[in-house]
Amino acid sequence: MPRPVLSISNLNTSFRVGGEWMNVVRDVSFDIAPKETVAVVGESGSGKSVTALSIMRLLSPANSRVTGRMDFDGKNLLDLPLDEMQKVRGNRIGMIFQEPMTSLNPVLKIGRQITEVLVQHRGMSHADAEVEAVRLLDRVRIPSARSRLNEYPMSFSGGMRQRVVIAVALACSPKLLIADEPTTALDVTIQAQILELIKTLQEEEGMSVLFITHDMGVVAEISDRAVVMYRGEAVEAGTTQEIFANARHPYTRALLSAVPQLGSMTGTSKPMRFPLVDLATGEAAPLKETADTIKTGRYPILKVENLVTRFNLKSGLFGRVSGRVHAVENVSFSVREGETLSLVGESGCGKSTTGRSIIRLTEAKEGKIEIAGKDVRRARKSDLVAIRRNAQMIFQDPFDSLNPRVRVGSAIAEPILTHGLATQKEASERVADLLERVGLSAAMADRFPHEFSGGQRQRICIARALALEPKLIVADESVSALDVSVKAQVINLMLDLQEKLGLAYLFISHDMAVVERISHRVAVMYLGEIVEIGPRASLFENPQHPYTKRLMAAVPIADPVRRHLRRISNDEIRSPVRPPDYVAPKRTYREVSPDHFVQVSDP
Amino acid sequence: MSTDIQTDNSVHNRTTGNKPAARSPFRETIFALLHDKLALTGLIIIAILLLAAVLAPMIAPQNPYDLTQLDIMDNRLPPGSRSMTGAVYLIGTDDQGRDLFSAILYGLRTSVIVGISSAAIALVIGASIGLISAYAGGRTDSFLMRIVDIQLSFPAILIALIFLAIFGQGIDKIILALVVTQWAYYARTIRGSALVERRRAYVDAARSMALPDRRIVFRHILPNCLPPLTVVATMRVAYAIMLEATLSFLGIGLPVTEPSLGLLISNGFEYLLSGDYWISFFPGLALLLLIIGINLIGDALRDILNPRREG
Repeated sequence: MPRPVLSISNLNTSFRVGGEWMNVVRDVSFDIAPKETVAVVGESGSGKSVTALSIMRLLSPANSRVTGRMDFDGKNLLDLPLDEMQKVRGNRIGMIFQEPMTSLNPVLKIGRQITEVLVQHRGMSHADAEVEAVRLLDRVRIPSARSRLNEYPMSFSGGMRQRVVIAVALACSPKLLIADEPTTALDVTIQAQILELIKTLQEEEGMSVLFITHDMGVVAEISDRAVVMYRGEAVEAGTTQEIFANARHPYTRALLSAVPQLGSMTGTSKPMRFPLVDLATGEAAPLKETADTIKTGRYPILKVENLVTRFNLKSGLFGRVSGRVHAVENVSFSVREGETLSLVGESGCGKSTTGRSIIRLTEAKEGKIEIAGKDVRRARKSDLVAIRRNAQMIFQDPFDSLNPRVRVGSAIAEPILTHGLATQKEASERVADLLERVGLSAAMADRFPHEFSGGQRQRICIARALALEPKLIVADESVSALDVSVKAQVINLMLDLQEKLGLAYLFISHDMAVVERISHRVAVMYLGEIVEIGPRASLFENPQHPYTKRLMAAVPIADPVRRHLRRISNDEIRSPVRPPDYVAPKRTYREVSPDHFVQVSDP
Repeated sequence: MSTDIQTDNSVHNRTTGNKPAARSPFRETIFALLHDKLALTGLIIIAILLLAAVLAPMIAPQNPYDLTQLDIMDNRLPPGSRSMTGAVYLIGTDDQGRDLFSAILYGLRTSVIVGISSAAIALVIGASIGLISAYAGGRTDSFLMRIVDIQLSFPAILIALIFLAIFGQGIDKIILALVVTQWAYYARTIRGSALVERRRAYVDAARSMALPDRRIVFRHILPNCLPPLTVVATMRVAYAIMLEATLSFLGIGLPVTEPSLGLLISNGFEYLLSGDYWISFFPGLALLLLIIGINLIGDALRDILNPRREG
């Protein structure tokens, strides 16, 4: 084996928290060979990002302590004086971060941000730097690079910004690129493009990459070797193939079994629970078959007809309408009792607005919404209570959707008590029952939200939504913010509840793999319209619309063997903003197979 | 379930750290205040002054409002002098023969009552308007906020002057005048934080449960806006006390028979150059201590309640 570019041995990092030292990275050792991609993978709190920051020595020395050896270029990075380290950073090791929206300075032109690095680090003249900047933007495949040098970051989309950030990191042709969750904030199709770009650049430049991620799919897609971290320790390391094919550590197995894999449901029609692996033994628990929950023949619990929601964009002194966001455009679907319909699409496709319009958190412009036969849009305030008893919503961010100052017991009891549906005593019994139903204990009712983890909070939100005994739950990206294993748990819980209570879900998500697990039917949204809708099995096995195909091709597959089978398109996601006089075109749908409809592309 | 419990715990430890049992936010704040040296100094100063103000009738050697207890022959005696009846004037007397120490104790009482009650009333009014403005949005919001803008574009002292000139003197009038000049600050502060809270998912959750608007505003949004409001309220109490002192100094605040600190300072002002410094100096010192004490607490509160605070 050639001499590694970076060799880390016995890395220990501690933080001072309230006067005590907490060890967050323990005895981590791994090597990165030249031209190799090593992924460090783990869930939140596993210490993966801290490892990256330790290598760059970006942790504040006042509150942290790093020990061990990190050999790079024959020198131990930990022994370097600060000014030497400064030269290594940027020159020899490049770094890209998660948030493309904040890692560029919004008030400086793109060109300036790149040339600055070239002038500073490589001692180029201004003119040379400009030529080089164009070359770099070309390398990261930004179209018409020369003219875009004079633009500000705000006129770049998230994916384009991440390309610029990569260009900046490449400016000094580093030997090692550290990428800390560089695609997590991006949409799937854009994520696929960026991953592809990093792979090609690595080959062209011959650099090594340290890739930090929580996503097993991304690991399978990009890395040669992987280090699995769990609670500050590297529990397993090996080639990617090895880890995916036969993981030894129980945690790795548990993690892998919880990863939703697109295509794993082929041949089944009902939703399926995630197989869960016991962390102590590494054994998988036997899977329960999901029961048939759909009540056929009954009137649908939710019926949406020709829903239109638009937002005016105002500009100027008098608030003249200068454009409209066509968030939801002529959307129709229905959900039967006990059924799960998923709305899937990328950011800006109008899936969340559809959900919010149904609950009337956002007022729709046109169309008809019926929940259990009652017209939602015409309902007055007093009727809304009755409607919302039938339909509840769960939100994305479990840290934001519970009032931090209200004890969880009171939060769950609040809707019952406020609407006078139970006495105080009945309510507290109901709270205890609900908490147990979602897998928590009744004694937790007295605690405040900050005492719970993300997964537990999402369970509390589900309990609260169930308090009014609804028949329909609109789940808006409800599992997106959760760690993989917790996500699997919450989805299993949702399936359990569906079986027991006959709930219908409108499951809004950008994650194709999760959608495949949970849904009976799926609707794909693009630019405010449903482009394809149908039974899950039919839609996933026989996608018709080009956008559906593109979306499915972009999902990283947690299987390193299948990685080269994909083709990535380089399209941007288009914006749903239209001029005020825009008239939405009439759309027609074609029935592919029973109940499976696809939008007919413009004739 | 074991996966869940273990991974969940790791997140759990991270979010709660290894603090002991969770305290309510209120007790957390008090705890932090007592551990901040400057805040503690402020608290001690305020505690002493408040105690003195509350107990004034009991500890003051003289009732300065009772004209029969005053002896005009004792006017402008320096600190430590003896009265005709043999009592000691600890820090001297004013031009009407009032014992300054007693006058300051009673003056403090007035200042504190005026400061706190005007701040409290202004807070209730301002906070309600700010919350309604933020929650209702649209035209209501623009309308209410333009009123606030207009209110804030006049100097506070000018509004108070006009108000008192129209309605006359008296402790109730001055409290009202201070409320009129102050509510807008509260309204603006709370509107800012309420706008942030309103966009958070727990408000959406409350709306999706069809909770009444009133409940969402006062039970959910308001408690989460309290931290910045507490800081502003503390600072505004100090400001109200100063404004009252200023008005009294100008002679349009409280009647001469019920001297507040401002009036006492004003009384001594004309003798300042003739060497009788104490008539202005000691009431001024009391006022200074009161304001510094409140501001020390306010500053510490601002640090403690700042969500971006380290640790």
